Amino acid sequence: MAAKKKAPAKKAAAKKAAANKAPAKKAAAKKKAPAKKAPAKKTAAKKAPAKKVAAKKSAKQIPFVDYLVLGDRPYLRAQECKNCGARFFDRRNACASCFGTDFKNARVKSAGIVTSYSIVTVGPQPFVSAIVDCGGTSVRCTLVGVEPTPDHVSLGMKVKLTTYSMGKDAAGVEAIGFGFAPA
Amino acid sequence: MASEDIWILGSNMTKFGKHPDEDLVDLASEAAMAALADAGISMAEVGIMGVGSLMNASAGIGQQLQKQIGQTGIPVYNVANACATGATALRVAIMAVKAGETDVGMAVGVEKLAGAGLLGQAGRGAASDTWEPSGRFGAVGSTEGRIGTGIMPGVFAQVGMEYGHKYGGTSFELFAKISEKNHAHSTLNPLAAYQKRFTLDEIMNDVMIAYPNTRPMCSGNCDGAAAMIVVSDAKLKTLSKRQQKHAVKISASVLTTDPYQEACQVLPDVNTLTRNAAKQAYEQAGIGPEDLDLVELHDCFATAELVHYDNLMLCEEGGAADFFESGAPWRDGSMPVNVSGGLQSKGHPIGATGIANIHEVAMHLRGDAGDRQIKGAKVGMAHVIGLGSACGVHILEKSAA
Repeated sequence: MAAKKKAPAKKAAAKKAAANKAPAKKAAAKKKAPAKKAPAKKTAAKKAPAKKVAAKKSAKQIPFVDYLVLGDRPYLRAQECKNCGARFFDRRNACASCFGTDFKNARVKSAGIVTSYSIVTVGPQPFVSAIVDCGGTSVRCTLVGVEPTPDHVSLGMKVKLTTYSMGKDAAGVEAIGFGFAPA
Repeated sequence: MASEDIWILGSNMTKFGKHPDEDLVDLASEAAMAALADAGISMAEVGIMGVGSLMNASAGIGQQLQKQIGQTGIPVYNVANACATGATALRVAIMAVKAGETDVGMAVGVEKLAGAGLLGQAGRGAASDTWEPSGRFGAVGSTEGRIGTGIMPGVFAQVGMEYGHKYGGTSFELFAKISEKNHAHSTLNPLAAYQKRFTLDEIMNDVMIAYPNTRPMCSGNCDGAAAMIVVSDAKLKTLSKRQQKHAVKISASVLTTDPYQEACQVLPDVNTLTRNAAKQAYEQAGIGPEDLDLVELHDCFATAELVHYDNLMLCEEGGAADFFESGAPWRDGSMPVNVSGGLQSKGHPIGATGIANIHEVAMHLRGDAGDRQIKGAKVGMAHVIGLGSACGVHILEKSAA
């Protein structure tokens, strides 16, 4: 079950501020469409290139959360404690389990089984919230590709990671979300 | 050397429910003054106050309370610890007495929640027109519904379902039956917010909130306050025979947080810290679960009650479903659980809850529980859990005097 093994706390491990932070993948999102507005009242000819830039950016994608890594085979990335192997989806100053301060990126297995779920029926539309055990790393997610009724979801069911488009923003950036679908 | 025992000298809770004409301070004052009267002492003797109101954690509720019932210049500790806020306030009072800083402590918990909606993760404000990562996960939008759920009925539904995955034996019907029990129990409790008995069918066919929790299987948001006066053993010895007889011994008082577990970052682990707290409490009190005559545990949702049968070691590990099916936790069973009606029916004014459940146990040990009295109760346990997490467990014993 638990991926980690107890190990003595590392004392005074070298401070690596960088290790505490999830690699910055945010740059893409921060860039809004045309960075610098050209002074107003320019000719239409001047505006055209700006639009082109926006169009070019529309090819950009941004993950819904920074621990979702996009690409040909999208995956979830955890920060793994180098000392004890405990995994975290957000940055930690020190490991909650062993207090170690060195972390590395770890690829979470994309296949898993549902160890718990609830069908949330308040709100705009029902959805299945689930906890999936991905080879020893627990992931919180929404199940997709499945009817949100008790007949269609079961404890222990096999699921796998999938991604989907959440639409484009005003700058043409497409957000990609993740969920787990029946395997 | 004097005994280090701490005693509950006075205790009170307001009726839980809707109190539209009383504000937070009115409710807190009502409970605090009634607890003082029950103890037979005045504010002049109180040396410390621990006070909590979660939704008003920055309001200085303790000082506001003093201005209503007596400003004597004593220290006030305003505390917040999610649903364990009340138990935390009590722990503060107990620790101060135990440390010898004072002989008399007061703890008060109060909340006004009537009409509050779903508690838990709030959605983000209006979506901006660009995807902007924010928060610790760099999420570009609200995670609710996209990365599971953060609403309490859903989180605790998953807590119960996880138990089912691990040990089997759970079902929608089983969870609903737990709720049926608590709603039946509250019909005998005039202080409960709801005193309506539901049939199993009614519970299962009510509005589904987060499967498998329907509306009656969720704790009731309501208003209420609870207050308690604790004293040292030395102080108790100076008091009247009547007060000594009336006092209830706090045989164990424990507060824990959740130690690291693999999955705790994605689903709060309410099990390990509860089990740890129970173990410590049994050790402190020098008793075992078999000695308990009644238990008030934190049934914020029907799905939560089940796992705590196991966590508090009322049954063998993995045996919570069988334990329930045996009838043990009904008021006429071998281990009555939540005879007050629990949070599902008595109600859950957050700040008050952690004191109110101890109050309930104390009343039974004193023989003051009225129609719902568990006959001959000598030892009881009260459990509370605040998500995040904090767990309070108290074991009380009837006065020997």
